Amino acid sequence: MDLYEFQGKELFRRFGIPVSDGQLATSPAEARSAALELGGPVVVKAQVLAGGRGKAGGIKLAETPAEAEAVAHQILGMDIRGHTVHKVWIERASDIAREYYLSITLDRSAKQPLFMLTTEGGVDIEEVAARSPDALVRLHVDPLVGYRSWQGRRLVHDAGISDVGEQRQITAIVGKLYEAFVGCEAMLCEINPLIVTTEGEVRALDSKFTVDDNALFRRPEIAELRDLAASDPLEALAREKGVTYVKLDGEVGVLGNGAGLTMSTVDVVTFVGGRPANFCDLGGGGDAQGVVDALEVITRDPQVRAVFFNIFGGITRCDEVARGILQALEQMRLDLPIVVRLDGTHAEEGRGLLEQADASNLFTEATMLDGARRAVELAEAA
Amino acid sequence: MAILVDTDTRLLVQGLTGSEGSFHGLRNRAYGTQVVAGVTPGKGGQDVDGIPVFDTVDAAMRATGANMSMIFVPAPFAADAMYESIASGIQTIVCITEGVPAHEMLELHAHVRAQGVTLIGPNCPGVLSPGRANVGIIPAEIFREGSVGLASRSGTLTYQIGHELTHLGLGNSTIVGIGGDPIVGSSFVDVLSMFEEDPQTEQVVMVGEIGGDEEEKAAEFIQEMSKPVVAYIAGFTAPPGKTMGHAGAIISGSSGTAQAKKDALESHGIRVGTTPTETAQLVAEIVRS
Repeated sequence: MDLYEFQGKELFRRFGIPVSDGQLATSPAEARSAALELGGPVVVKAQVLAGGRGKAGGIKLAETPAEAEAVAHQILGMDIRGHTVHKVWIERASDIAREYYLSITLDRSAKQPLFMLTTEGGVDIEEVAARSPDALVRLHVDPLVGYRSWQGRRLVHDAGISDVGEQRQITAIVGKLYEAFVGCEAMLCEINPLIVTTEGEVRALDSKFTVDDNALFRRPEIAELRDLAASDPLEALAREKGVTYVKLDGEVGVLGNGAGLTMSTVDVVTFVGGRPANFCDLGGGGDAQGVVDALEVITRDPQVRAVFFNIFGGITRCDEVARGILQALEQMRLDLPIVVRLDGTHAEEGRGLLEQADASNLFTEATMLDGARRAVELAEAA
Repeated sequence: MAILVDTDTRLLVQGLTGSEGSFHGLRNRAYGTQVVAGVTPGKGGQDVDGIPVFDTVDAAMRATGANMSMIFVPAPFAADAMYESIASGIQTIVCITEGVPAHEMLELHAHVRAQGVTLIGPNCPGVLSPGRANVGIIPAEIFREGSVGLASRSGTLTYQIGHELTHLGLGNSTIVGIGGDPIVGSSFVDVLSMFEEDPQTEQVVMVGEIGGDEEEKAAEFIQEMSKPVVAYIAGFTAPPGKTMGHAGAIISGSSGTAQAKKDALESHGIRVGTTPTETAQLVAEIVRS
């Protein structure tokens, strides 16, 4: 689960990492009063779960409360990479002398947490890694030993940070960031930029915070930070119904059982010249209600012109899936063409049931490839 | 021969008394696997269709000589169950449970390596050696005994490819589902090296997907293998930053894409099938040549 900047900063503050004072606003009037309360120049920052906010015009300086109101008016409602801005974070402006970068991630390759620090902050870190890899200092933490203070000193030294005051502050922040990473069971905690003010104070000016979904059951205080309004409305509906769904941008609705097979199905639809509308995994069960719920989510997308069901029966029995499809057709009165490919356990019985039903918009195919081709043709013809 | 599970496997099921645990434990036994014990704290002395249940792994091992543990314990308790198995002397663990927190897996992975234990999973369908033993939830009837080793991050996609192989008249030595989480106990390289040593295995299929860099590491390792390997990668159309069903199937920034994995494999001369069907056909070509 990705957190907004203001949520990540609140967690940073809780763990003792210095951040600037700020307030959340959802209207230009709130932005004005927030700026008034904070005093002096402020920065108005769009709160969306997407990168590149600055380039998109979602971050602006305001000298006065009136200006903050005007700027918030511009930013609220703006679309940044497909995300509508519903909230802005009003923060006291900082006098920046230097911009660094500090992060800790769960390094899947090494199976260890990984710190990264560079004095070339404020830009895309992948660019820094590509352009000047030596400037990006990396240090792993042995999960059985945990963080030790020498690691902060080593990072700061190797990054070439020479000012004693900065060294002291950043070493402390490194330790606190590790505490936040472990304490929130994060996959990523990133501070970019980590600024040094003209007064020599070090602060987190931005935050990127991703928490492990699998740990949310025991982190209720973080789980409740999820903003359902922020996710795609179809994805929010899917989450509500317990359907694994990712919105894509095509016309062929895809439904499979199991993550790998569903991903493969989406690929095959593309491979035969179609554009998948979504990724939707029925999971291992594939009972009738699951099929109904999934179809409801998929067909709510107005772009969908045809649906492709790709089921490989293992533990899941194809005849049960077929019953689910028929039940869904009855309940939902769908007119869209639905292509069904059933293979594996009880596939014959399943196909038999679908053929008996004699529904004019139901088509069965024997293989994944033929099913994908048929669905793409039907989507184009619709 | 096969790898990991065989006729000498004596299986203990942690969580045998739960609905999933008993369903699959009994299914594994019906296939011919020696399922010798169950462990559920507080239910020692009971049995599941004749399989004795114990309160602790240690007691189960002493009474039954179990040498492998399969985990069906709910996610919040799964890591604890695995630590118990390791401490009791179990050498091979297969964890089916989905949803084990990644930070617990960081510590567990380091512990497993330090103790020299083999862990398959979590979030995996298990291990099947056709005709010998089945440990997990893989539907064995799809697969035949043969010479093709199969290692995969996915369940149903593995069944799909196994099914295609069976259609082409081919069979498998062992099918290993390594799991769909960001951190799993055994990597592709670990399983490939077992297949390399296994006399029954003559070819290997590796079924990867987006996220992480285990396929790239495998591409390097395959250079040192004497046996041919064919690969398939799922997730070419996956958008960055979205979890595609498996917790581990996510493109982070620009790393972990299907294209990067395909490129890494092909640059090492490894053939990558475009579809599951084509992947099975590539294996058939190798077998027949």
